[in-house]
Amino acid sequence: MTLLDVRGLTVRTDDGRTLVDDLSFTVDSGERLGLIGESGSGKSLTTLAVLGLLPDGMTVTGSVELAGTQIVGAPEKRLTAVRGRDAAVVFQEPLTALDPLMRVGRQIAEPLARRTGLRGRNLRTAVTEALLRVRLPEPERIARAFPHEISGGQRQRVALAMALACEPSLLIADEPTTALDVSVQAEMLELLDTLVREREMAVLFVSHDLAVVAAVTDRALVMKDGRAVEEGPVLDVVGAPRAAYTKALVAGARKLESALDLRSAR
Amino acid sequence: MTYTDVLRKPAEARRRRSATLLAGCTLTALIALLAVVSLVWLPYDADDTSGGRLAGPGDGHLLGTDKLGRDLFTQLMTGSRIAVEAGLGSVTIAALIGVTLGVLAAFAQGWLDDTLAAFLDILIAFPTLLLAMLVVAARSATLGSAVLAIGLAQSAVVARLVRILVKRVLAQDYVTAARTSGTSWPRTVVGHVLPNIWPTLVVNLALQFGLAVLAEAGLSYLGLGAPPPNASWGRMLQEAQATFTTAPAGALAPGILLVVLVVGVNLVADGLRDTLDPATRRRRS
Amino acid sequence: MTPVLELTDVAVRYRGAAADVVQDVSLAVEPGQSLALVGESGAGKTTLLRLLLGLARPTAGTVRFDGEPLSPRDRRQLRSFRRSVQCVFQDPYSSLDPSRRVAAIVAEPLRSLGLDTRASAAPKVAAALERVGLPADAADRYPHEFSGGQRQRIAIARAIVCDPRVLLADEPVSALDVTTRVKVVDLLAELKEERQLTLVMVSHDLSVVASLCERTAVLERGRLVEQGDTRQVLGAPEHPYTRRLIDSVPRLPV
Repeated sequence: MTLLDVRGLTVRTDDGRTLVDDLSFTVDSGERLGLIGESGSGKSLTTLAVLGLLPDGMTVTGSVELAGTQIVGAPEKRLTAVRGRDAAVVFQEPLTALDPLMRVGRQIAEPLARRTGLRGRNLRTAVTEALLRVRLPEPERIARAFPHEISGGQRQRVALAMALACEPSLLIADEPTTALDVSVQAEMLELLDTLVREREMAVLFVSHDLAVVAAVTDRALVMKDGRAVEEGPVLDVVGAPRAAYTKALVAGARKLESALDLRSAR
Repeated sequence: MTYTDVLRKPAEARRRRSATLLAGCTLTALIALLAVVSLVWLPYDADDTSGGRLAGPGDGHLLGTDKLGRDLFTQLMTGSRIAVEAGLGSVTIAALIGVTLGVLAAFAQGWLDDTLAAFLDILIAFPTLLLAMLVVAARSATLGSAVLAIGLAQSAVVARLVRILVKRVLAQDYVTAARTSGTSWPRTVVGHVLPNIWPTLVVNLALQFGLAVLAEAGLSYLGLGAPPPNASWGRMLQEAQATFTTAPAGALAPGILLVVLVVGVNLVADGLRDTLDPATRRRRS
Repeated sequence: MTPVLELTDVAVRYRGAAADVVQDVSLAVEPGQSLALVGESGAGKTTLLRLLLGLARPTAGTVRFDGEPLSPRDRRQLRSFRRSVQCVFQDPYSSLDPSRRVAAIVAEPLRSLGLDTRASAAPKVAAALERVGLPADAADRYPHEFSGGQRQRIAIARAIVCDPRVLLADEPVSALDVTTRVKVVDLLAELKEERQLTLVMVSHDLSVVASLCERTAVLERGRLVEQGDTRQVLGAPEHPYTRRLIDSVPRLPV
């Protein structure tokens, strides 16, 4: 079943520049699609457009259908209903996604309460469970902490817990591990992979990092300057790229990686 | 692409800004013109009371006369000069002291930094009016005293802003790069810090100009500004207060000019904010 | 050979902090050698780099330049130090003054060290810009007119314009796209070769480290856990932390 259907999505600025150009793709329920691109490719704008979050001064044309709801041109009220329930998002920098003045527990409690109607002690238990699910140690302590009091990796887990709290059918992750240390990134990717598999959740994973995308998605779409240049099973895209741009991208990544192999071959 | 890129203001907004700037400049220039002309020509002498008390408009007096028979328009022109002088004088004092103090405070480390920050906060909390009374008591009720008092009070506000702005610039890598390039601190301030804070600073000084004009009018209203026969708008308002119902022009005219100047300067500040904002010049790649 | 830069039993503690950010670190950078400081956030990489740049002083231990302890009061030494040791920063947006033209940015070391006048700096600036692969007209433009990769090239031009012996680089490519990253790594490698530059690089990216540096030092929470030949350290890591770092690098499927 098609969960997300993007057709002919075009985003233009008011001064006439085209940032996303006639982009079409679909995500089936339970499917995991990677959106690969470098800076300026329009990949982040695409995720914003999917959630109807594009800022003023941009015009969107085309169609974005999320779980049967047309997002393009939809009134804010309908969008609010869609966000969280049908799709939730984890951004690159968790510090900007979390409210700095609100304790972590309350930030998770809000969407949880909205979905489940839980209150009081039951809600608190649910928050603790949500934090445990993203494998945060000492969930009670973390729930009482403010975002700046926990580490970057922990913050990103909190952001993930918030996104998952509503049990969305689509999880959008925009460079969710780019700001993290390598070892933290590895744990985070593994966690993300496990959680969405368990829930059979669909994922739209946006990243510039081919290796990261390959680790967590089934299918990949490569973007350049707002256009799709290649699409296919992620192993094919990475293993046998067809478009010249994808070839350059893969070659670059492999070249850097090969340095690592050469040295460790001994 | 970063989200700040996405949220950049579209061109239409910028056009609106330049319209704001134009409107502000026009209003301000109107008052400035009155002030400049008043330096070389006035319809009547400042203490010429030949016009008869509270005469209506016309009959050689464009806006009529006040209760002592002095020409209102003459007083308005003198008032414009005083207002502009008060604004420029206060802002100059505020800029000189504020920028120096702010830069020094930004460089201060440890306890000195904390002390300076607290000192500035106290100075800002200290009422301008009280400060003005102290200055007037120490000197005398002249325009200079009023300007000095306003300038001192505003320099604390400017210093605090400059301290924050400079600290922000000092945290940038290009300042570290300057240090590793062997650039001395004074050269860093002149070459890197000031060019990067001046857009914000100029906008703030323009706002302070408007506030200074209002403050001077307030002080004159209380008799703490320029002494007679120099007609300040504030004192004109005070003098016309009693006769407001019979001769409203005496109070309305200076009031309107005051609003024109303050609104004009604020529009200029608003327009400048966007034209000069380095954020709109940065990260355009 | 005397090391160009040497840290001996260095510790750093910030004012009001309970513990040292860097502890008992000893490192020597031999001339012509390239050394990577590897570690995750909070490992103390940046603090070490600031020590090596003479921007911070250790609470304990000594920093030596050409065998002499770095003394902030010795102006003659500081001048020759600044001339010999230049730096490339991580964020090419924050490291270039937006209010200055590229020519002035690149000329800064020459002008500030009193090596050149504006006129005599111009040809050197042009040569440096050409060397890093930027068009000649770049000098008259402002930083915001360039992409991230180009801006990092401008920063590299600034760092090499006064012919330093040592180049310190703080995560020089981590803010760049993959395709750009490869090119900038290549550029740094070329510069290292042709100028016999001593390179000290701080990075969390092991593949970049492996492509550029002969020696690697691994930092974990302010302590040096392993150092040696990059081949050795990355190929046959002895410390479990190093091993964990290597295993964490996401790899492309074959």
